[in-house]
Amino acid sequence: MADKILDIRNLDITFTTTAGPVHAIRGVNMDLERGETVAVVGESGSGKSVVMKTAMGILAGNAEINSGEIHFRYKEDDGSTQDVDILQKDERWIRKNINGRRIAMIFQDPMTSLDPTMTIGKQLMEGMIMHLKLSAQEAAARAVKLLEEVGITDPAKRMKQYPHQLSGGMRQRVVIAMAISCNPDLLICDEPTTALDVTIQAKILELIKRLQKDHGISVIYITHDLGVVAKVADYVNVMYAGKIVEVGNIEEIFYDPKHPYTWGLLSAMPDLETDDSRLYTIPGSPPNLLHEVKGDAFAPRNQYALKIDTIAEPPMFKISETHYAATWLLDERAPKVEMPQELQKRIRRMRKEAKEDAG
Amino acid sequence: MPADYSQEPILKVEHMKQYFKVSSSYTVKAVDDVSFDIYPGETYGLVGESGSGKTTVGRGIIRLYDPTDGRITFKGKDITGKMDRETTNLLRTKMQMIFQDPMASLNPRKKIGDIIGEGLDIHQMYSTQEERKEKIDRILAKVGLAAEHYDRYPYQFSGGQRQRVGIARALIMNPELIIADECISALDVSIQAQVVNLMKDIQEETGTAYLFIAHDLSMVKYISDRIGVLHLGRMLETGTTQEIFSNPMHPYTRSLLSAIPVPDPATEKERIALEYHYETSGLNYDEGSLTLVGGSHYVHGTPQEIETWKRETQA
Repeated sequence: MADKILDIRNLDITFTTTAGPVHAIRGVNMDLERGETVAVVGESGSGKSVVMKTAMGILAGNAEINSGEIHFRYKEDDGSTQDVDILQKDERWIRKNINGRRIAMIFQDPMTSLDPTMTIGKQLMEGMIMHLKLSAQEAAARAVKLLEEVGITDPAKRMKQYPHQLSGGMRQRVVIAMAISCNPDLLICDEPTTALDVTIQAKILELIKRLQKDHGISVIYITHDLGVVAKVADYVNVMYAGKIVEVGNIEEIFYDPKHPYTWGLLSAMPDLETDDSRLYTIPGSPPNLLHEVKGDAFAPRNQYALKIDTIAEPPMFKISETHYAATWLLDERAPKVEMPQELQKRIRRMRKEAKEDAG
Repeated sequence: MPADYSQEPILKVEHMKQYFKVSSSYTVKAVDDVSFDIYPGETYGLVGESGSGKTTVGRGIIRLYDPTDGRITFKGKDITGKMDRETTNLLRTKMQMIFQDPMASLNPRKKIGDIIGEGLDIHQMYSTQEERKEKIDRILAKVGLAAEHYDRYPYQFSGGQRQRVGIARALIMNPELIIADECISALDVSIQAQVVNLMKDIQEETGTAYLFIAHDLSMVKYISDRIGVLHLGRMLETGTTQEIFSNPMHPYTRSLLSAIPVPDPATEKERIALEYHYETSGLNYDEGSLTLVGGSHYVHGTPQEIETWKRETQA
């Protein structure tokens, strides 16, 4: 096994709400190696943000962690390798050693993640002064360099400006500069481009990709946009109702998906060739996790559901070394089920194009 | 019912301008000389980045703003300037709008049934309470909600369901044109597909036309018959979906299309989006004009620019 940086084991979280306990995360396993990019895909409420917030130690007050371990390995400044279980550490320690220092996060809306009353420069320098113990001059010099690196023109002038004087794309670049300012090992991007236009979206993704390569950072993307995933990810985790239902490398998920939910997600997004009169939809809506789920949580929306799906939860079936899916359809006793016609057609078309490009 | 091009356009927008005066020395030209038509039963997609003026166009048409200049004709009636009572009623019933954020656009203190029925109440479109209830129930069923949802409040619904309420509220007036302003952007991918399918079904059944304002180009391509590309308040290119996507001519359109993310890793990993900056492009939008380049395909530019682009795109 190569250099594993993050290792989440059997994470299980319940939120206490006025309506009763909500079992939001139901046993999540995930790992990430140094320099790799992993995408976590799922609908709103599937729990993808909660998992990442747990790793950052910034979970809401009403959350209770029932079980699990989150191992994070990083290099200490003196060169020794540390392996910590983030769930065992207190808030103070995480704040000092992890947040912003070794794990940085980029949020969806750059306007709400910047302080409107502080200049760009001051916000950028804050983390470096605190974590890297730089003097104000050193931090300022580095801040200008960082702004340049993320493609902001006239950085010295921008340092003195306030967030409202910048466009959305520029703001997100500032947030990215801030995130990489302390040389983090891991960057978590929570829907980093959802609030941006397509043209700017592509530019931001290309920027993150370049920085990742230059600095050797591992990146986790949380998103529901499969176009973004296709562009950036090495591995994909598909999440549904607080569980990971399919995991695999990018080719396996896009060209050989096994879970009916992944089929649904892929088919629901029209690509530029889609000309059917109707889009494929996943019927119904995600389950309410206030009620304990019996069997497969996806069964009520699954047209391929088997009887067993309402009784027992499917385990992760192994398809290849890297590809696993939790659906009873993969059991050897299950009837043979093919993915929807339209999706088959599309995958065949994509494969053909890929071959033509290569040849 | 497919789009009917043999009839007169249901909506004609001619040289629409919408300026906002910020201070005595500064005026924002949000929409500057935009013209297009929408035919009965057609879906016209309006795309562009934020700040391009696409929302302002939609709001100007339905008279949430008073356009600064230009002429907008709806069903043969001029709806710019001061309207008489009859024209106002026509506009307020036959043209409807669906908004982006279904939470912000529904009154949280009203029941779903009353939100949907509000238009009926204002325009007195029923004679008995039973008739009102029946009309609302029919619309609820049409958008995939149940009759018992009548007495619920917006917070009890999911995002997709709330957007169905927004659609129901527009539909109950039997509109001939619905302006859908980013109506699926706030929804999850799988729910987006449900709402788009619903909009298509409704169009087939009632023959309503849509002005579909969005920045998600793959969805716009999927739903629209014709497309208009806006940038900095100008209409840069318009034509059928086929014309725009197979032969985009304006550099801005080309950069916009090159940036569309596709759910295919093989193409996506290779792709680098084209750059386009107005300041460095050497173009001056004030000099060009919207020019026919074939079929129903118009491009904005000076004759020389259009010649150059023609050569570039045919090579």
